[in-house]
Amino acid sequence: MKPQLSLMLVSAALFLTTPAFAADITGAGATFPYPVYAKWADAYKKSTGIRLNYQSIGSGGGIKQIKAKTVDFGASDKPLTVEELEKNGLTQFPTVIGGVVPVINIDGLKEGQLKLTGAVLADIFLGKIKQWNDPAIAGLNNDINLPASNIAVVHRADGSGTTFLFTDYLSKVSPEWKEKIGADASVAWPIGTGGKGNEGVANFVKQIKNSIGYVEAAYVKQNKMRYVQLQNRDGAFVTPVEDSFRAAAVNTQWDKNTGFYEILTHKPGQESWPITGATFVLMHQTQDNPGQALEVLKFFEWAYAHGDGMALELDYIPLPDNIVKLIEDSWRTRIKSKSGQAIYSAQ
Amino acid sequence: MRHHFLLAVITKISLARFQSGAAKTMSTAHSVAQLKRQQLFDRVFRQATWFFTVIVFLLLAALIGSLLIGSWPAIQAFGFDFLFSTQWNPVTEKFGALVPITGTLITSLIALSIGIPVSFGIALFLTELSPPWLRRPLGTAIELLAGIPSIIYGMWGLFVFAPFFAKHIQPAIQSTLGEVAGIGFLFEGAVMGIGMLTAGIILAIMVIPFIASVMRDVFEVVPPLLKESAYALGATTWEVIWRVVLPYTKSGVVGGIMLGFGRALGETMAVTFVIGNAHQLHASLFMPGNSIASALANEFTEADGDLYTAALIELGLILFLITFVVLACSKILLLQLKKREGAVA
Repeated sequence: MKPQLSLMLVSAALFLTTPAFAADITGAGATFPYPVYAKWADAYKKSTGIRLNYQSIGSGGGIKQIKAKTVDFGASDKPLTVEELEKNGLTQFPTVIGGVVPVINIDGLKEGQLKLTGAVLADIFLGKIKQWNDPAIAGLNNDINLPASNIAVVHRADGSGTTFLFTDYLSKVSPEWKEKIGADASVAWPIGTGGKGNEGVANFVKQIKNSIGYVEAAYVKQNKMRYVQLQNRDGAFVTPVEDSFRAAAVNTQWDKNTGFYEILTHKPGQESWPITGATFVLMHQTQDNPGQALEVLKFFEWAYAHGDGMALELDYIPLPDNIVKLIEDSWRTRIKSKSGQAIYSAQ
Repeated sequence: MRHHFLLAVITKISLARFQSGAAKTMSTAHSVAQLKRQQLFDRVFRQATWFFTVIVFLLLAALIGSLLIGSWPAIQAFGFDFLFSTQWNPVTEKFGALVPITGTLITSLIALSIGIPVSFGIALFLTELSPPWLRRPLGTAIELLAGIPSIIYGMWGLFVFAPFFAKHIQPAIQSTLGEVAGIGFLFEGAVMGIGMLTAGIILAIMVIPFIASVMRDVFEVVPPLLKESAYALGATTWEVIWRVVLPYTKSGVVGGIMLGFGRALGETMAVTFVIGNAHQLHASLFMPGNSIASALANEFTEADGDLYTAALIELGLILFLITFVVLACSKILLLQLKKREGAVA
C-alpha cells in the first residue's frame, strides 16, 4: 500500500510539474485540419512530451484569436492577403492540402461517370441549368443516359473553408458567378438546400434523388459517394484522387514573400484537380515570447518531416518537400524576436 | 413550471422548520442576545434573498445591453430594413432577417398546431380515461421523452423521419391537400423530406412532452367533487372535460402551451438538421427555410467581418424580443380570461 501511494504521489508531482518545463503550444482556428493536427499532436507528445492544445473553433475565430494574441498560432482555411497580413503583423504558411469534390446522386450512375466543366457546374449552382438532361450536361456525357428530372442543389449551411474553395473556383470559371455571388466562406446561394457540415451535405446528397452537392475529398472516400469528373484548366477531365490534388500544389508557384497566398483552385497542369486548397497557419512576425514561438515552429517542422503518413491516413495530402523547404526559409526571415533576431535557425 | 412548484414546496418546508425553531426559542426565552441574533439572521436572510433577486434583473439587463452593443453596427447599417429584407449575403455584407424570422415563427406555429391537440389528448387520457395501472408508466414515459437531448431528435429527423416522409407522406399530401385550391401552394415543389414542414413536425414531437406533462399536472388538481357533480347532473365525459376541467385549469394549460412555444422558438440543433438552412422565402412548406436559432448555430463560427457578426447578434436580439412578446401576450391573455370570469360571476 505504502510504496504504491508514494509512487502515485511522485507521478502526480511529475504530472503537475512537466508542463512548467515544456509549455504547451496553443492554437485555434479552422475545423478542416483539426483531425490531422490532433493526430500529429498525439504523436508529437509521445516523442517530445510537448502538448499541443488546438481548438477547432473555425477559421474566423482563429484569425480573431491570433490577432488578439491569445494563442500561439491561428489556423485558417482561407489565406489572408499580403495587405491583411502586414496590417496585423502576421505571417502565414500552408500545412496540408485537401480537395473539394462535387458529388451526385443519380440512379444508375457510378463514381466518376459524369463529366462536368466548371462553367456548367456554376450554371447548375446558379439555377440556370435546371434538369439533368440539359444539352449543356448531355453534350459532355454522350455515353450516358441522363434523367429528365430536376436538379436538387445541396450546399453548406454553415460558413466553411470548403465553401470558400468551391465558390472561389466557380468565380474563376464563371464571370456571372463572380458578379452575382462571389467567393466567401458562406455566400447568398440563389437556390438549394443547406446541410450542416460536410456530413450534412453528404447525407442530403445521399437521401435526395437527382441531387448534387460538394464535400471535402475525405468524405467522398469515407462515404463512398459518387463523385464527378471535372475539366481542369488544361482541358483534361480529372478524377479527385491523391495525385490530382498533389499535382495542383506542385503546379503552383508558391511565393514566400506573399505569405504563401495561394488558393489552389483552377491551377494549370494536365493532372491538377481544379478545386484544391491548402489550410494555413498564422503567426505573429514579431514574437513577444521567442521560446514559445520556437516550440510552435519545431512542432510544424516535425510534422512536415514525420507527419506525411499520418496525414495520408486521414485523407489529407501532405505538402511536397520543395514547398516545405520554402516554408522553413520563410520562418527564418519572417519570424523574429522583439530585438529583431531570427527565432528559427537552420536545422 | 414544475421547478417553481418544487421551489415553493421547499421554501414552505424550510419556512415551517424555521418558524417552529423560532417558537421554541421564544418559549425558552434564554436571553435577549439570542433574540437579537435571530433578528440579525432574519435581516441577513432577507438581504440575501433580495440580492439574489436583483442579480437576476442585473443579468437580464446585462444580456439585453450586450446584445444591443454587439448588434449596434448592424442596427446602424440597416435600421428597420433589417426586419423586412430577405437578403442575406455575407459576400456583399447585406443582411436582412425576414427569412429567419418567418422561419422561426412558421415552424413554431406548425409545432403548436400539431402539439396542442395531441398533448391535450394525452393529458386527458392520462387523467380521466386511462386505467389506473397504466397511468404511472405512461406518465413516466412522457417525462422521459422530455429529457431526450435535442440533437437526438435532429439526427432521428434527418436519418429516419425525413426519408420516410419524402417517400410516403409528402407524395400523399401533394396528391390530396396539394390539389385543394387555396392551400395547394403550401405543398408545392420537390419532395426532399426536409424543409419547413419537417422542422415543424420534429418540433411538435419535441414540445409534446412539455405541454402534455404540464396539462396532466394541472388536470390532476381539478377537485373530484366538481367533476363528480357534473357527472351527477348527467354530463358526458366530453362535457365534463370541456365545461369543468378546462375552465378550471385554463391558466395552467395556457402556461404549458407557452412553455412549449418558448422551447420551439429557441430550438436549435434539431431544427438545423431538418429545416434545409436556405435563406430563401418560399410559400411552400416543403421548401427549405431557415430559423433564427439555426442561422446562429450555423454561421457564428465562421462569421468574419464585424457587420456579419453584428447581424447575427441582432438576430439573437430579435429572438429575445419575440420570446418576450410571446410571454407578454400570454400574460395578457390570462388577464383577459380572468376578467371575463369576473363578468360571468
